[in-house]
Amino acid sequence: MLLSFALPRIYAQDDLMKMLDDDSKKTKKKNYATATFKTSRLINGHSIENVAPGVLDLKISHRFGMLNRGAYELFGLDQASMRIGLDYGISKRLMVGAGRSTYQKQYDAFAKFKILRQAQGGSPISVSAVSTVMLKTLKWDNLSIKNYYTSRLSFAHQLIIARKFSDGLSLQLMPSFVHYNIAKNVTEPNDIFALGGGGRIKLNKRLSFNVEYYHVLPISFVAGENYRIAGTKNSLSVGFDIETGGHVFQLHFTNSTGMTEKTFITETTGDFFKGDVHFGFNVSRVFTIKTKKKK
Amino acid sequence: MDHSRNSKQLKQPNMKKSIVILLLSVISITSGAQSLYMTKAGKVSFNSRSSVEKIEADNNEVSSVINTQTGDMVFAILLKSFHFDRALMEEHFNENYVESDKFPKSTFKGKISNLSAINFTKDGNYPAVVEGDLTMHGVTKKVSSNGTLTVKAGKIAAYAKFSVKLKDFDISIPSLVADKISQDIDIIVDCKYDPKS
Repeated sequence: MLLSFALPRIYAQDDLMKMLDDDSKKTKKKNYATATFKTSRLINGHSIENVAPGVLDLKISHRFGMLNRGAYELFGLDQASMRIGLDYGISKRLMVGAGRSTYQKQYDAFAKFKILRQAQGGSPISVSAVSTVMLKTLKWDNLSIKNYYTSRLSFAHQLIIARKFSDGLSLQLMPSFVHYNIAKNVTEPNDIFALGGGGRIKLNKRLSFNVEYYHVLPISFVAGENYRIAGTKNSLSVGFDIETGGHVFQLHFTNSTGMTEKTFITETTGDFFKGDVHFGFNVSRVFTIKTKKKK
Repeated sequence: MDHSRNSKQLKQPNMKKSIVILLLSVISITSGAQSLYMTKAGKVSFNSRSSVEKIEADNNEVSSVINTQTGDMVFAILLKSFHFDRALMEEHFNENYVESDKFPKSTFKGKISNLSAINFTKDGNYPAVVEGDLTMHGVTKKVSSNGTLTVKAGKIAAYAKFSVKLKDFDISIPSLVADKISQDIDIIVDCKYDPKS
């Protein structure tokens, strides 16, 4: 009977812990999904990931020649197509980048903005928008006509919609639009629509298997124009991401020769299943330029 | 037999007992008022020093409660709230080391073992020894630490520094980076508590 008149409540350690749990549930802090992919590119194209603010990411991409070129070309190893680029994170949501490719002697620059972030207790998906401008600097084919500088330009606009389903599985959809300032002839399209899809399966803490596919859509708003460039195929790439400290190595097989949006989405000519496949790799190395200010 | 005398004798002790109980309950209700102290912005930092790399992070969102009556002390730490200078280090910490998606919280449930030496009603610095269970990465281990409890103006500040071994908590360091990350991690607790109403 004495006990019932003792302290109104004896707080044991578990009760104290429950008090903290109940309290944290009240504040409802959103748990944002992080590291949906290991780096800002899936294989050729962009992933939902941004480079962190104040961080510089050096991207070196290499595609060897096609495997079916035979032993003389060492199954493609004797040929190469390369891109070197730098990406920089401006804020948590905005990143920019620029690069140069040997294929078609292209310069490219892009900006990527994170519109929506997946969170537990929030959005089920992450959404980003990427816009890329590409400049071909090959010498003009025909010097007898008036060639405009703006004819060298093409643009790509993409929405990336991704979801990290679990630690081991992330998937994304990439509705894309490529615009050419100039097309080869009247039947070739200036505007091409495509839908990309891809994802990764994490095999262990540092290794993942990635797949990326872009399907050119049969959409055309101009009568007499094809919806895709003649002779082109859809881009398919499969590969592995290996992460080691500050580097991410991406090793893959792809039927696309170029590494800018217009070249892989709309100008792929290789038939993946006939051996028109390039073995290639991307190396990503991050450097922290601006450290986060510690509170 | 004189029954009347017996019944008279029994009545008096009952009366005394009820008064004692009443007095005790009044005293206990009033003295229990200030036994809980809490913080939701406590600071816990850790660092690992090796010849190659300096790894350190701060968490300023630690929740903790002290029961000054029993000496019980609990901490709840959200691992994603540890912030590093380098974003990639923070990502690796969460994805590869503590696996914060699987084990989002680290907890400590312990007791001040020298409670009698601490006077929570008098301002001063009191050396304290806290022992308890630290749970991290799905593993619970007994830890013990010396520290200081500072009582000032009705608030308590707790400071402690102790060391843990990563392998005790099943946190593996890949051989590739073995020289960059030390097995021993120093943990520093620096929390300021307010009385909980």
